Amino acid sequence: MAETTFLDSTELVLNMGPQHPSTHGVLRVILKLDGEKVNGTECVIGYLHRGVEKIGENRTYQQFAPYVDRMDYVAAVSNGLGYCLAVEKLLNMEAPPRAQVTRVILTELNRIASHLLWLGTHALDIGAITPVFYCFREREEVLKIFENYCGARLTTHAFRIGGLLYELYDGFEQEVKTFCDSFLPRVDEYEELLTNNRIWVNRLKGVGILSAEECKEYGVTGPVLRAAGVKWDLRKAQPYSGYEQYDFDIPTRTDGDTYDRYMVRMEEMRTM
Amino acid sequence: MADEQKPEGPVPSAPEGQGTPPAGPPKPAAAAHAPPKPPPEMAATPWEGDLPNQIRERFGDQINACSTYLGQNFVVIKPEAAVPLIEFLKLEADFDYLVDLTAVDYPKRAERFELFYILYSFARNERLRIKTMIADGAKPATAVGVHVGANWLEREVFDMFGIQFEGHPDMRRILMPEEWEGFPLRKDYGILKQDDRWVRENLGIESGQ
Repeated sequence: MAETTFLDSTELVLNMGPQHPSTHGVLRVILKLDGEKVNGTECVIGYLHRGVEKIGENRTYQQFAPYVDRMDYVAAVSNGLGYCLAVEKLLNMEAPPRAQVTRVILTELNRIASHLLWLGTHALDIGAITPVFYCFREREEVLKIFENYCGARLTTHAFRIGGLLYELYDGFEQEVKTFCDSFLPRVDEYEELLTNNRIWVNRLKGVGILSAEECKEYGVTGPVLRAAGVKWDLRKAQPYSGYEQYDFDIPTRTDGDTYDRYMVRMEEMRTM
Repeated sequence: MADEQKPEGPVPSAPEGQGTPPAGPPKPAAAAHAPPKPPPEMAATPWEGDLPNQIRERFGDQINACSTYLGQNFVVIKPEAAVPLIEFLKLEADFDYLVDLTAVDYPKRAERFELFYILYSFARNERLRIKTMIADGAKPATAVGVHVGANWLEREVFDMFGIQFEGHPDMRRILMPEEWEGFPLRKDYGILKQDDRWVRENLGIESGQ
């Protein structure tokens, strides 16, 4: 029987993180490697656990509202909307129509800003440095609108239970219109950099495929589910805050890989 | 509707303030500005329809309630029938997506934990909550065999509440450190409480508080 040493073993267990170089959210992954091929992973996800439920047990509903901003700091406005809607449902009340429209405008702007941060950092992680500067240029315009509205750029706490804290400021309409008019050509610019770029396509096509069935099994929704071909968007399926009054498309793709998820999000930036 | 939250309700007085005394049958417009309603009580009404009837027929006296509240349907069921009900809903009623699975601690109840499953059906565009009450130390069956996504959710419930799931493939903590003592989302776990030994050994400080 031949003697075996650890050099003969094809599997190497390697710890990645929690100080991952692209620390957008701290994750530790224990990798099982065969050369450069990853055979298995175990994820350790607790590093960002802050126990907000426990904090919530010790706060009033109004006091807890700013905490939801910090659950996802690039979607603070959207989180605030979800939280306000939940508490309003418990109170059996609805925000007035004007507040609902304001909420939708700000939430949609936040969605664009969040998509821009995703695009910039995603490209950065794949190895393309340029797009992040373009993305942050436009994201800045959205954050300026937030700052003008409520004084904060990231953790906005823009809404209050029952409606809003502030009336829209003078010039808000013009600023939003200017942003919307200038934004679509900018999306073309991002696409010019990436969509048909051979390196980009090679690194995204066929990677991380999740079928529609797998998405439902694992509880994955949003752009990931739409990239797998399911035409489903909560704003259409169960409209809230007056979304039933707006006409918009739900972009979908069919392959469910990283490239299709990229394309779905790009198209989502065009439909606002 | 926000106007209704103001105690005085000054809005309806403007059109009526023409010197005419408020008399006669109340106009519908005035009714819309009635004094604030008392806060809604947890008064659920029975949930009617084909699906709830099927559930009642199939699970009979294992069902404690099959109700609806603020437009949200829920079924309260005995713990041993919860997973069979979820499987039935998945296979025969298209509830193919487990949105969430978590628990709430009511320390004064005899069965202190309320374990609940939120299901969604893409085909029906409907949500449904399944609730079940379990005592401290009881081991409910895992739902991993029905919904793969229950795996991490049940680990989180174990991590936070100390509820062990029978038949779970990997019943370990998921968010807290593995050696941590105590279950943070139990109501008797104070907000300043921590595992002192763990903090001393791993962080090298006396206390994080």
